[in-house]
Amino acid sequence: MSRRPYRRPVSAFSWWLAQPRYVRYMARETSSVFIGAYTGVLVVGLVRLSQGAEAWNSFVAALQTPASVAFHLLALAFALYHTTTWFNVTPKAMPMQIGETRLPGNVIIGAHYAGWAVVSALILFLAGG
Amino acid sequence: MSERHIELEILRYNPETDEAPAFQTYQVPCQEDWVVLDAVNYVKDELDRTLSYRWSCHMAVCGSCGVMINGEPMLSCKAFLRDLPDRIRIEPLANFPIERDLVVVLDDFMDKLDSVKPFLIPREEKTVESGVHIQTPAQLDRFKQYTLCINCSLCYAACPQYAHDNNFVGPAALALAHRYNLDSRDVGRTAREDVVASNAGIWECSFVGACSEVCPHDVDPAGAIQQTKIASTVDYFKYLLTPGRG
Repeated sequence: MSRRPYRRPVSAFSWWLAQPRYVRYMARETSSVFIGAYTGVLVVGLVRLSQGAEAWNSFVAALQTPASVAFHLLALAFALYHTTTWFNVTPKAMPMQIGETRLPGNVIIGAHYAGWAVVSALILFLAGG
Repeated sequence: MSERHIELEILRYNPETDEAPAFQTYQVPCQEDWVVLDAVNYVKDELDRTLSYRWSCHMAVCGSCGVMINGEPMLSCKAFLRDLPDRIRIEPLANFPIERDLVVVLDDFMDKLDSVKPFLIPREEKTVESGVHIQTPAQLDRFKQYTLCINCSLCYAACPQYAHDNNFVGPAALALAHRYNLDSRDVGRTAREDVVASNAGIWECSFVGACSEVCPHDVDPAGAIQQTKIASTVDYFKYLLTPGRG
């Protein structure tokens, strides 16, 4: 009797369509592309700001075009998806144990949402002031 | 109890005669309280004695009956037919070479487990006469979850990272390393770092999380790997900030 183990081929391109959980993973990872692009827009804004009032005004005008608004809405949707999916897995990466009891996952996730709210409020306050 | 008829599509492979695996279909009369393993046993006992597959305990403890059931890695003794459709596709665990029929080659999995030094490495060896290692319930609770692994290897079958790169140490082995690293009696974390914190170790994981979703004992290897990444990152920055390093 001879051994002849058979290795099944794995598709390099369509593997993630095999299971819904792989699709969700790819959606989470893809969201970072939009966050990266949005960060790029912010950097361009900073550069334009450093170039004077005229450059800044043209940047602001470009932001108001329909294509720019559509991009920002899309980036916002992906940023929310990215943030919530990562917040929801934080209890796995950062479990908290106090004595013999473990902090419930909802508390750890809730703390992240609370931190998000505080930082957002702080930024809005600074921007408004 | 009423009798239901199901169709089992089982992937067959005979290394002596077949070039590639192919599905064979069996009609199985089954009981409402049967699991998939009961149906496979029926095929073996009543329909086709040539079918090869692994099983032992029939109670989700031995970890040997893992197969792909309609594309999902599951213990066939824990998958109730009442939760499944009338047509069930059974394949050997994905990401492992097929030895024969539903039996896969687990040598690589065993080597990976072995590679992380899955044993206590104490600060100093104690003789039997010098007594036991004391451990509080809180210290036990830190790692107990990771001791529940039954080495069924479903997590490797679910992991797309392992599917694409067999060098990846993988979920169960990395969770096992984490189990010992968290043990208050163990000082072997540095000795395990070469394998665990390598590119083929924790950093190969991109946190798909499929391993934890399919784990029949809720060991949560994905969580163990992310915690190890954080610990390893902290180690790195500590090293960077250490005066006179190198």
